[in-house]
Order: sequence, then C-alpha cells, then structure tokens
Amino acid sequence: MTEDSKFHHGDSDNNAAPIVQMKDIEKHFGNIIALAGVSFDIRPGECHCLLGDNGAGKSTFIKTMSGVHQPTHGEILFEGKPMSFATPRDSMEAGIATVFQDLAMIPLMSVSRNFFMGREPTKGKGLTKRFDIDTANEITMSEMRKMGINLRGPDQAVGTLSGGERQTVAIARAVYFGAKVLILDEPTSALGVRQTSNVLATIDKVRSQGVGVVFISHNVRHALAVGDRFTVLNRGKTLGTAKRGEITPEELQDLMAGGQELAQLEGSLGGTI
Amino acid sequence: MSDTTPNPVVDERIKAEPLISRLMKRPELGAIAGVVLVTAFFLITADSAMFTTAGIINFLTPAAQLGILAIGAAMLMIGGEFDLSIGSMVAFAGLFFGICVMVWGFPLIVAIPLTFVFAAFVGAINGMIVIRSGLPSFIVTLAFLFILRGLSLVGLKWASGGSTQLRGVRDATENDWLAPFFSGDAFPGLFAWLAEKGLVETFKNGTPKVSGMPVEILWFVVLALVATYILLRTPAGNWIFAAGGDSNAASNSGVPVNRIKISLFMVTACCAALVAIITVIDAGSTDARRGFQKEFEAIIAAVIGGCLLTGGYGSAIGAFFGSIIFGMVVIGLTYTDFDQDWFQVFLGGMLLIAVLFNNAIRKRVTGER
Ligand SMILES: Nc1ncnc2c1ncn2[C@@H]1O[C@H](COP(=O)(O)OP(=O)(O)OP(=O)(O)O)[C@@H](O)[C@H]1O
Ligand SMILES: [Mg+2]
Repeated sequence: MTEDSKFHHGDSDNNAAPIVQMKDIEKHFGNIIALAGVSFDIRPGECHCLLGDNGAGKSTFIKTMSGVHQPTHGEILFEGKPMSFATPRDSMEAGIATVFQDLAMIPLMSVSRNFFMGREPTKGKGLTKRFDIDTANEITMSEMRKMGINLRGPDQAVGTLSGGERQTVAIARAVYFGAKVLILDEPTSALGVRQTSNVLATIDKVRSQGVGVVFISHNVRHALAVGDRFTVLNRGKTLGTAKRGEITPEELQDLMAGGQELAQLEGSLGGTI
Repeated sequence: MSDTTPNPVVDERIKAEPLISRLMKRPELGAIAGVVLVTAFFLITADSAMFTTAGIINFLTPAAQLGILAIGAAMLMIGGEFDLSIGSMVAFAGLFFGICVMVWGFPLIVAIPLTFVFAAFVGAINGMIVIRSGLPSFIVTLAFLFILRGLSLVGLKWASGGSTQLRGVRDATENDWLAPFFSGDAFPGLFAWLAEKGLVETFKNGTPKVSGMPVEILWFVVLALVATYILLRTPAGNWIFAAGGDSNAASNSGVPVNRIKISLFMVTACCAALVAIITVIDAGSTDARRGFQKEFEAIIAAVIGGCLLTGGYGSAIGAFFGSIIFGMVVIGLTYTDFDQDWFQVFLGGMLLIAVLFNNAIRKRVTGER
C-alpha cells in the first residue's frame, strides 16, 4: 500500500484482469520501424504512465490502441478477446477515448460541435432525428467548467481559443466519453498551473471510478504524482515497467533519457531538470 | 445549465457584439448582400418588365437549374472536395435517361430511379478513386470531366444512330403520370386564382401571363432547405463540416470521413442527374453539349455563397443566393442596354470579390491565426 498523496488516492488492484492487453506490438512505416515489439497492458482503475524520449514511439503506440494505426505485428486483446480496431470509431465504441498529441480539433468549428464530433446527441425519431444542439452546448459548458475553464460561449470557434483552452476541450471531451480507457498523449504540455493540477486531479478521479488511464508525459513529477505503473519506451522498445513506490524520480529520469549521460547534463544545467 | 449557475456569469472579456458583426460571421451574408446589390443595379438600369412575375420567373428558371447543381457542389466543397465533372455528368445522365426512355422504352417510374442509381454509381467511382488514391479531387474529377463528356458523345451516336442528339423524349413521356413532377409548371390553379383576384398580370382574355411555377424552382427551393437542415441540424451535417475542416482530425475523432465524402460525391452526381432529367423532359431531347461548363458556374455560385475552397466552411443557403445572382445577371442584362458579353466580366468580378470577402471572414472566425 502506497501512501495517499494529493493526486493519488488508494492503490489499484494488481490482480484485476486487464481491459486492454497489447502483446508484442510492431509498427513499421515503410522501412521505418517505429515500434519493435512493445507489450503493455492497462487494468481498470489504474494509471499507467508511458514515458520516453522524443521519437521513442509513444504516440505511435497509443495510436495502435485507439484504432488510428493497425499494428504490423502483434496482438491486441480487449477484455480478454482478440480485437482489431479498424478505425478510431471502433475503439471509441468499445469505450476507449483518446486525447491525441495534435488534439484532433477542427479550428473552424465551434467548441460544442468539436466536443461532440462523431458522437452527436440526437433528439426525435426517424426523419426528424436531429442534432440536439442545446444539450450539446449545455454539456460542453458544464464539462469545461469542471476543468476550470470558463468558456465565453459554446459557439466560439475552436480556432479562436488559446492553446491551453484548446487542450482542455480535448481533455474534457475524452474524459466525458472515456467509459473504460482514457488515453492522454501529453495532455498538460500547454496548460497553466491551475489547469494542470485540475487534469491530474481528474486523472485521479476517473481512476477511482474504475477507468484505466494511459498517461504520456515528459514531466517526471506529473507522472509520479498520478501513476500506478511506469513503462519507459526507447527507440521503439520497452526498457521496462516499474510500480509505484518502487522507483525514484532520479531512476525514472535516467531511464527516460535512455540512461545516457543525464548526470552530466544535469550538472551543466545546474540541476534544474 | 441554470441549475449550476442561477444567474449565468457574464464574461467580462467579451465585448457586447453588435448584430452586424455577428451577421458578418455567417457564410451566406456575402451572397445575400450580393442579391441586394444586383437587384438594386437592375432596378435602376433594367426595363421594369424584369421585376414582373413573368420576368422574375424568367430569371429564376436558369437560376434554379444552376442552383440544384450549386447546392450539391456546395455540400461537397464544405466536405473538402471538388467535383469538376458535374457538367459532363448532366450530359451523361441525360444520355442514360434518354436511352432508358427511348431505347429501352421504360416508363418514368423506372427510368428516373434508374438514372439516379446510375449517377450515384458514377459519383461513387469518382469518390472511391479520390479516397483510395489520396489524390486531390480536383485532378481526378478533371479526368472525369473529359471521360464523361466523351462517353456522352460516343453513347449518343450509338443510341441515335450517328447523331449527337436523341429526340422524341417529349412524346415518349407526355402522358406519363410522373412527368408533371419533373417538367412543366406547378400550381396552375393557384396562378389562375391569383389572376382572377388581379394579383398577377393577365392577358386581355383574363388568363394569367404566367401559367404556373416551373417545377425546377420548386426542386431548387426544397433542395436548399433540405441541404441546410442536414448541414446545420443533423449529425451528418456536423460530420461534413468536420471532414472538410480537417479530415485527419475528424477521422481520429470517430467521424466516418471516407463514407461521408463518397456519399457527397454521390449526392452531387444525383443533383446533376436531377438537372438532366428536368431539362431533357422539358426540351424533349438530349444532346452532348448539355451541362457544358456548368461545373465552373456551380462552383462559382457556391463560392459566392460563402464556401471556402479549402473546405469546412460554407452554406447551402449561400449557394442558393449565389445561383440567383447568377440567373439575375445572365437574364437581367437582356433587359438593359448593356452588351450581353459584359456577363463574363461580371462573373469574374463577382468571383474575385467573393473570394476576397470569404478570406476575410475566415480570418475573423478563426481569430486571425
Ligand atoms: N506516419 C509515419 N510515417 C513514418 N514515420 C513515422 C510516422 N509516425 C511516426 N513515425 C516515426 O516513428 C517514430 C516514433 O514517433 P512517435 O510520434 O510515436 O514518437 P513519440 O514518442 O510520441 O515522440 P514525442 O515525445 O516527440 O511525441 C519517429 O521516429 C517518427 O519519425
Ligand atoms: Mg508523441
């Protein structure tokens, strides 16, 4: 049992059956080998952090989980059954929601149209079945407020939002739709202090509701604050997985940089990383 | 919302936005302003006959024929693609329809649905090639512009035994119960009644000068309304805007982008088929030049209506008014002392102004990024 902290309350169940199991995933783009056999799983109620250098293959890996890419080799089990997500829509229908690194937002469309893109609420039946815009607006505003952002209006175009506001819309959307698994690819890269702590608290909250969270970050402190397990990728391979409480920030940081001369780097930067 | 915030907080960072500036953000605004301007222009310069019932119907008829194409083109443009083959598609669908009626002797109830299925199939091929190859639709449909036009010529010669015209469609369809939906005038009773009440101009003997509303105008209005409803009030509409705005982001968000785009190509081709059916029955014949250069006019009408060439933004109502501007200018010039050939100058000028205007609007909407 690890100690409760601000962003981590209660341990996850280590014996629970994984929701998604990725076995020996390889992904090639032409002659580029982006993933060379990565295994990973995510259990209900845990936050599994995926860490690694730029270009390590983190985004590529989670994209095979969310149906954007099909793995060249390897197997994906969803709730124990072999599953291949042909499109992102398939994985969404299975209850997996993703915040992509590029956010997947349409700048010319309004916040609420973006929020519900692909999963619009409807009212009416048959021929009169239509997009329920009022419900969409209401939910968007209240979900955004929960994330600590007061939108000027639900019909504001996403292109006019600030970078962090845009990122928050993407996170709020994924949290709202992520019934079983929530994948966050560097969700806090553009966020302010208050919004970051909001996101970390949200991860802790959905985790306690039994959702499995995959959290990609370059920030060791953020990862350690919320994570139950930590898997480090390097050049398309896993360097290993550590459990909460079994690894120090320094060890994790060394692993993330591929164990290379970080000590030396740290010296020259005066210990700021 | 009211349960969490009893009196919603007014954000101090928003200036009260005047109605004008809110309207400025609507894509169809430019086209509506254009209609007002063009109307004013012709009210001053043209013979007053232009704005009688007969005169209005006179310019609305070509506007409607173009508008049916323009609404399809606008939806496709919002979805992020072009179709340069719609003009040729009018000729090709007209040929197919002519063959159904003249060579195979089908009644309209068979010939019309068959023509739509055929057009949708050709549209799907267009869309499939664009999606599968990832090539710009501009170049793929440019190829089809020539392929379909050429096939129409070859097919006409085959069907008519050497000529490039297939005649006799009028006689073959005259007594078909479905014909009134696709040709002639609607509401003759209404117009007769209006004439009786003295609300429309009549001939000396009391019959109205205009015997009814040409059916293509009805189709035009209904299509504009249906397209607007789909775009603004249905999930499919949201998907069309998303697919055109950023197809990768849309697809990652679960929008079935390929399905949407192929369907839009099919809808556009069906719009061309509708124009083909209406004009072929009306003229009683089909020929290989039918729909010549209509693809450009339809795209221009869509752009005047506020569609961005880059996709993801636009409106069917805009294309509706864009087409009306078109019809007014083509026909209106004959009511004035101006040389007819000013039409082309006018057209190019309108297009240029519309594109500049739309560009400014887009910057407003996206916050000048
Ligand atoms: N579509 C693609 N085609 C070719 N190569 C690709 C493609 N997508 C990713 N790659 C390559 O795969 C490698 C891994 O990329 P990926 O985006 O997964 O890295 P990452 O770990 O997410 O990095 P970062 O921390 O910078 O986000 C990179 O070398 C990249 O060039
Ligand atoms: Mg990445």
